[in-house]
Amino acid sequence: MTAVLPAKDLVTRLSGVFAGKLEEAGRDSVLVRADALLEVAAYLKNTAGFAFDYFNMVTAADYYQYFEVVYHLTSTRHNHSVFIKVRCHNRANPSVPSVVPLWQGADFQEREVFDLFGIRFEGHPDLKRIVLWEGFDGYPLRKDWNR
Amino acid sequence: MEMTGPENFPTDGELDRREGQAVEDLKAHSREAFPDPAAWLEEDVKRNIVLTSLDWIIDWARRSSMWPAVCYPACCGLEWMAALGPRFDAARFGMEIMRASPRQADLLITAGTLTWKMAPVVRRVYDQMAEPKWVIAMGACGISGGIFRSSYNVVPGYNKIVPVDVYVPGCPPRPEALLYGISLLQKKIGRAKAVPDLSELPNPLKKGGLK
Repeated sequence: MTAVLPAKDLVTRLSGVFAGKLEEAGRDSVLVRADALLEVAAYLKNTAGFAFDYFNMVTAADYYQYFEVVYHLTSTRHNHSVFIKVRCHNRANPSVPSVVPLWQGADFQEREVFDLFGIRFEGHPDLKRIVLWEGFDGYPLRKDWNR
Repeated sequence: MEMTGPENFPTDGELDRREGQAVEDLKAHSREAFPDPAAWLEEDVKRNIVLTSLDWIIDWARRSSMWPAVCYPACCGLEWMAALGPRFDAARFGMEIMRASPRQADLLITAGTLTWKMAPVVRRVYDQMAEPKWVIAMGACGISGGIFRSSYNVVPGYNKIVPVDVYVPGCPPRPEALLYGISLLQKKIGRAKAVPDLSELPNPLKKGGLK
């Protein structure tokens, strides 16, 4: 059974490297500043003790004040996993960095989040709608979307 | 028409835009449901007895060898596959041959939820089928959109896209229900008028009757 790394432990191990870039630790998740996401993610992937080589999924949630983008990572070597969260407060033009350069599996899923929430993934190689068609009006999974 | 080389091929973005335009066009023209294509069957009292015999054998041939097109957008397709399998054996009704090409098929069984993005594709499959052709709307989603009816991306019933002959309710319908729907369609075909009435043929004695 894959163990979820306790967020408190993770923050303790990360805070030396990324001082001021981790916003808070939930029970199972670590909230990272959006501008630090790429370096934290690269560190988690490439550091021996973590080795998060498998990208489970990315999704998002709309909390009205901000969008929260959730990343689920797993290490097949150590059989542990972690949730990383990023918030974007700019509702008119939300954007987070793309993690496709680190995990190719993020490609279609970031496109799906972009399609349904309208969150831009900066640096994504081919960011366009994937489940809805070109010309669809709005982003249907936003709480304030109404047809 | 200008020469088309690789440099003239549409870009990915252009293809996406055309695809989206096709969806929007179809959606804009799909407000009303198609009427029952065989509504005229009720007024066939004037049919000629000689031609009826010819009708009978043509209808018999048509209803006994229906070839369904492979077009299963969602989960009802599994019940349809079960209906084709040995336990329920749709081959008993002369329809064991699935056609991967719509040009060789004359029956479209709309097994499953249809999204607007998929709708132009299903419409194209229907358009490519040769006449005469029939459609069975299978399952709640095929009839009305089912539980997804109020969704932003689901077609509220196949009859917005193609004319439907028989509706088979259920979520999903059991294979028996589908076979019953197929036999209803066969009865419907059995009443169809394949040969026109003499009165509908061009009459050389009438003005403008024969060119």
